[in-house]
Amino acid sequence: MGYAKHRGKIRFESDLEPDFSKEISSIPEGEQLFSCIQCGTCSGMCPLSQYMDYTPRQIIAMIRGGFKNDVLSSYTTWLCASCYSCAVECPKEIKLTDIMYAAKRLAIREGVYPKRFPIPILAHEFFKNVDDSGRNSEGRLILRLLLRTNPLRLFNQAGLGWRLLKTGRFSLKKESIVHKGELKNILKVLEKEHMVKSKEELAPGREAGS
Amino acid sequence: MSYLYFPGCSLKSSGRAYEESMLSVFSTLGLKINEIEDWNCCGATAYMSISELKAFALSARIFALAERQMQASDRADIVVPCAACYLGLNKTRHYLAEHPKLRRKIYKALNAANLKYTGRMQVRHPLDVLNNDVGIEKISSLLVNPLEGVQIACYYGCQLLRPYSDFDDQHEPSTMDRLLKALGAEIVDWPLKSRCCGGSLTGTVQDVGLRLSYILLKEAKKRGCDVIATACPLCQFNLECYQSRMNRYYKDKINVPVAYFTQLMGIAFGLSPQQLGIQRLFIPLKSGAGHVCL
Repeated sequence: MGYAKHRGKIRFESDLEPDFSKEISSIPEGEQLFSCIQCGTCSGMCPLSQYMDYTPRQIIAMIRGGFKNDVLSSYTTWLCASCYSCAVECPKEIKLTDIMYAAKRLAIREGVYPKRFPIPILAHEFFKNVDDSGRNSEGRLILRLLLRTNPLRLFNQAGLGWRLLKTGRFSLKKESIVHKGELKNILKVLEKEHMVKSKEELAPGREAGS
Repeated sequence: MSYLYFPGCSLKSSGRAYEESMLSVFSTLGLKINEIEDWNCCGATAYMSISELKAFALSARIFALAERQMQASDRADIVVPCAACYLGLNKTRHYLAEHPKLRRKIYKALNAANLKYTGRMQVRHPLDVLNNDVGIEKISSLLVNPLEGVQIACYYGCQLLRPYSDFDDQHEPSTMDRLLKALGAEIVDWPLKSRCCGGSLTGTVQDVGLRLSYILLKEAKKRGCDVIATACPLCQFNLECYQSRMNRYYKDKINVPVAYFTQLMGIAFGLSPQQLGIQRLFIPLKSGAGHVCL
């Protein structure tokens, strides 16, 4: 008989950020987060939970508790491949995949990720690609991703690139829609909306955990 | 029957064979299909990682363009073969219907481009159309080259079945099984039909991503599969294009062709390999029964 060693850092309640759960749950149907019964079905269903530092169930508890730094700097949200296994099985109908993405967006917005980490860089490049021209140019995206994360991997990927080229599945052509201005107008309206929304989020509303 | 078609970015590049084979199969079946003019990206996961609100607007523009392309009173379903696009468009449709506040924002944004969204278009996957609109009977009546003796593992992947689709069971999907069985194939009993392939993790966090794909491949191989049939461009890419890398990683020698289910249907209909984009596959289609190109 012995005691388990406690290696975890102590988190003090006064250091928590209760507004964090409000921010995350501001997505459509996000308020469902507060009905979680911590049953762990999500973690059991998740094909990636064994590679995560916190399981999906723990992430929900941490969001509700206001553990902002721990959630944003955990590996869990990055590993979510959005397969929606958790979301369809949850007995409380919590859309956990969408919540993972809300946390991911916040981490990206606040720059909480290691330098040259591919996932946020991929997201940024993809986003820019689409906002500029309406479509994603696959070949260019992959090239930019490699250059910005680990240029040495270009050699590693050369064989794959060559085979894709040979089979007509790879091109560096810039894909684009015709009416780019139309799309820009649509997105511009939402940029303004987004700012208004952020103010709403900051306004006092529901108490965390209620 | 006539449909509108949303290809998405992948079906014009790495997943071209999916588009080629699907269009060939549809035209063999006499289905009319028109590409949505000037379609944009659906706002799938990588885009959603930056802005969900804008992702909804991207999908909404696609719906609005589709509605404009049809006569005011006509209703046509939008056929969406890519699983990620299928999810993205369905998600937008669902959220715009359920959330008035969000709907108002998106309407306002579309209005800036003189576009309107009413939500009268349904999003349909080719598996859904083939099973429910065309029917197995019609499909098997066109059979000229039975896929006899070919052991196929039907891989549906995740986003095609979850969380918005209603045409198949998310644990025990069977629409692809039924199609290929009707064309003479034998379906491998393989429990990983709807398990995640790792998605884009194969490119970003490779040791985890490849492991997920490898689990799928190896299990299929162990169960005697000759070909894996897919319905998603990313699943196809992961399982096929990274196969040699998985072999290096896991010191294995798996060599399983991974084809789109529409390519296999086309072969059974006797269409030419060119019409089906067979030449774009990395691993040639050969089965245990010794067919060339099956």
